[in-house]
Amino acid sequence: MVGIYSYGVYIPRHRIKIPEIARVWGANASDLTRGLGVFEKSVPDLDEDTATIAVEAARAALRRRTVDTEAIGAIYVGSESHPYAVKPTACTVGEAIGATPNMTAADYEFACKAGTAGIQTCMGMVKSGMIPFGIAIGADVAQGAPGDALEYTAAAGGAAFVIGNDDVIAELNHTCSFTTDTPDFWRREGQNYPRHGGRFTGDPGYFKHVQGAAQLMLDAMKTEPKDYDYAVFHQPNAKFPQRVAKLLGFTDAQIRPGLVVPRLGNTYSGSSMIGLAATLDVAKPGERIFVTSFGSGAGSDAFDITVTDAIESAGFSRAAAPSVEKLLANPIYLDYALYAKHKGKIVMQR
Amino acid sequence: MRDVAVIGIGCTEFGERWSTSFRDLFVTAGSLALEDAGISGEKIDALYVGNMSAGRFVEQEHIGALIADFAGLASNNVPSTRVEAACASGGLAFRQAVIAVASGMEDIVVAAGVEKMTDVGTGASVDMLASAADREWEGFTGATFPGLYAMIANDYMNRYPLTREQLAAVAVKNHENGANNPIAQFRNRITIDTVLNSTMVADPLRLFDCSPITDGAAAVVVVPLERAREFTDSPVRVLASAQASDTIALHDRRDISTLDATVAAGKRAFARSGLTNRDIDLVEVHDCFTIAEICAIEDLGFCKKGEAGRLTAEGATALNGDIPVNPSGGLKACGHPVGATGVKQICEVVSQLRGEATGRQVDAEVGMTHNVGGTGATVVVHILGV
Repeated sequence: MVGIYSYGVYIPRHRIKIPEIARVWGANASDLTRGLGVFEKSVPDLDEDTATIAVEAARAALRRRTVDTEAIGAIYVGSESHPYAVKPTACTVGEAIGATPNMTAADYEFACKAGTAGIQTCMGMVKSGMIPFGIAIGADVAQGAPGDALEYTAAAGGAAFVIGNDDVIAELNHTCSFTTDTPDFWRREGQNYPRHGGRFTGDPGYFKHVQGAAQLMLDAMKTEPKDYDYAVFHQPNAKFPQRVAKLLGFTDAQIRPGLVVPRLGNTYSGSSMIGLAATLDVAKPGERIFVTSFGSGAGSDAFDITVTDAIESAGFSRAAAPSVEKLLANPIYLDYALYAKHKGKIVMQR
Repeated sequence: MRDVAVIGIGCTEFGERWSTSFRDLFVTAGSLALEDAGISGEKIDALYVGNMSAGRFVEQEHIGALIADFAGLASNNVPSTRVEAACASGGLAFRQAVIAVASGMEDIVVAAGVEKMTDVGTGASVDMLASAADREWEGFTGATFPGLYAMIANDYMNRYPLTREQLAAVAVKNHENGANNPIAQFRNRITIDTVLNSTMVADPLRLFDCSPITDGAAAVVVVPLERAREFTDSPVRVLASAQASDTIALHDRRDISTLDATVAAGKRAFARSGLTNRDIDLVEVHDCFTIAEICAIEDLGFCKKGEAGRLTAEGATALNGDIPVNPSGGLKACGHPVGATGVKQICEVVSQLRGEATGRQVDAEVGMTHNVGGTGATVVVHILGV
C-alpha cells in the first residue's frame, strides 16, 4: 500500500525569542506570547535558504533508510520562499541527493500546504506505478514584514517524505482536500513580504478549510476523532491548531507530540509536515495519525495514516537522523540585529 | 406637528459577517422590519439610510439609491436619502424619518442604518473611523479614536473619583447583557480581570474597553401615530427627537470630560417630552468606549458628574438596577457597525417596550437612546414610550 517510506527534517539552529522582536517594535511581549502560544522561532543561518533546508531534509530521510536514487522518479518541493522565481528548487535537491537525471521535478506553491500537495502528487504517481519512489518536501525560510504580526512567528525549516508502495513505515490510508478561492493571505510577484487579511485569516480561512478537509476525511473513513492516536494540524501559531482540534473533537493529548510551533514558529510549508515528522518520531506500529494541512488562498489536505511494523524494522533507523526534538534542542539565540542580518532585512550598499 | 410611532423593527445579526455583503445586510434588516410591520415595500413613501463610510469601507457611494434599488423599490421611484454624521448616522437617519412623518410630508417611512466594516484591514478601519474627528487638527497629528477617548478618560480620572475597576465594570455589565441578545457580536460573559488583563490600546483604555469593528444593519418603520393601529397592536410612540452639535475637535471643547452636545440634546429631549430622568426606565447609550458610557450616564442627567463609575460598579445600571443602561449589550458587546448603531438602539428600546426582549427584558414603559458622532460633535437623543 502507498505510504511513507522514510522521512527527514531540517531546522536551522538559530533562534530569536518573541520578546526580543516585541522589544524592537514596542509591542507587549506577554500579550504576544500568550496570544500566539509561540515563544521563539527558528532563523536561518547566513548561508541557508529553502534549497539548503530542502536538501538537508531529503538527506536526513535517506540517512534513515537507503533508497536507490535511480528509483526516485519525482521530487516536488513546496515553498513560499523558493530562492528563484524561475528555476526549480526541486532540481537542486535532485542533484544534491544524486537522483538526477532520470526523474521529474517541480516546485509547488500553495502557501503553507504546497508540501502536502506534493505528497498527494507522489501518492498518485507511486500508486499508479509510474514511479517506484517520489519525494515530497515542504520547506520555507518564512517571510514576515518587519513589524507585521507575521514577523513574530515566521520561521525556517522543512521536512521531506519519501513516498513508496512497499514496506512503508506508515500507510497513507486516504487523502482528501478542501479548496476554495479565498484571499486571506497573499504575496504578489515582486513583493518581498506577504500580506494578509488580519482576522479574516481565521474563521473564513484557516478554520473553514481545516475543518472542511478534516470532516471530509472523517466522513470518508467513517471514523471519529477518538479512532486516532495522534492528530496534526497546520500550526501558524499554537492557538489555531489547539482550537480546531477542540472544535473537531480531538484532545490536547492527541495533538501534543506534533505541536512543534511554540519552540519552532511557523515554518509555512514545513509546518504541518514537521508536525507529522515529530509525531512519527514517537509513534509505534499500529498507531493511527490524522493530519490536516492548510494553505492560504485557500485549501487543506487531510491524510489518514497508519504506522506499520516497518518503522521498527532493521531496514529503517529513526536514530540515523536527528529527531525534531533534537533539532529543537540546544539553539543559538540571536538578538534582533543579528536576526535582521540573517534574514536579509538589512539592505546593503551595492 | 403629528405624533409619530414605530410599527416595525428589524436587525441583522451583528459581527464579522464575512460572507454577507453590504447590500445583503441592509436588505435583510429592511425585510425583517417590513415583515414586523406587516407592510409591503410598495407602501413605503420614503427611505432614510444612516451610513458613515461605505465609500471607503466598500468603495460604494450613492447609498440611498442603492438601497432603494436592492430593496426592490427602484420601479416605485421612492425617494431615498443617505444621512451621514459619523457614528451618529443611524440615530440621525431615524430623526430624519421622524421629522418627515411629523411634518406631514410623508406617511410610511423607513429609517435604516448599515455598515460593512470588515472588508478592509484593521488599520484602514481605524483610519476611516478617525475621519469622524478633525482630520487636520487631530487625525493628521496621529490621534485615533481610542487615543481621543483615552484623553477623555485620563482627564476624567484626574478630576473625578473613577477607578480602573469601575471603568471595567461597564464592559462586564455590557457583556452580561449581550450574552442574552441573539444578535450580539459577543455573547460571552467576562470579568473585571478579563478587562484589566487585556491588551493595552491607548492608556488607560484596554482592548475590552473598546467597542469592536462590526458588520450589521438595522431598520425601523415609522408612521403617524394616528395610523399606527392600522398596522400593529403594539405601536411605540416617539416622545422626543433631539439633536445637538459641538466642536468637531476634542481640544476645542469647554470641558473634554463632559459632552456638551449630550447635555444639550438630553435637555431638549426632556423638554419636548415633558419627562424627566426619573421617567426613563432604560437607556441605550453610545458606549464606543467604557469611558463614553460613564460620561453619557452623567451628561444625560441620570446622576451627578463623578458618580457613574461607582453606580455602575454597584449594579445600578444592570438590567435589574435603578436605571438599566444598554440592555442590548451596547456597542461594546452587541457590536458597533457605525452607521447602523443608532437604528439598532431604537430597535432595542422598541423591543423592550413591547416586552419582546427575551432574556434581557426590563420592566419598561419609557426608554431613551443616545447616539454620538465622533467624540461628541453630533449627538442624537430619542425618547420612546408606550
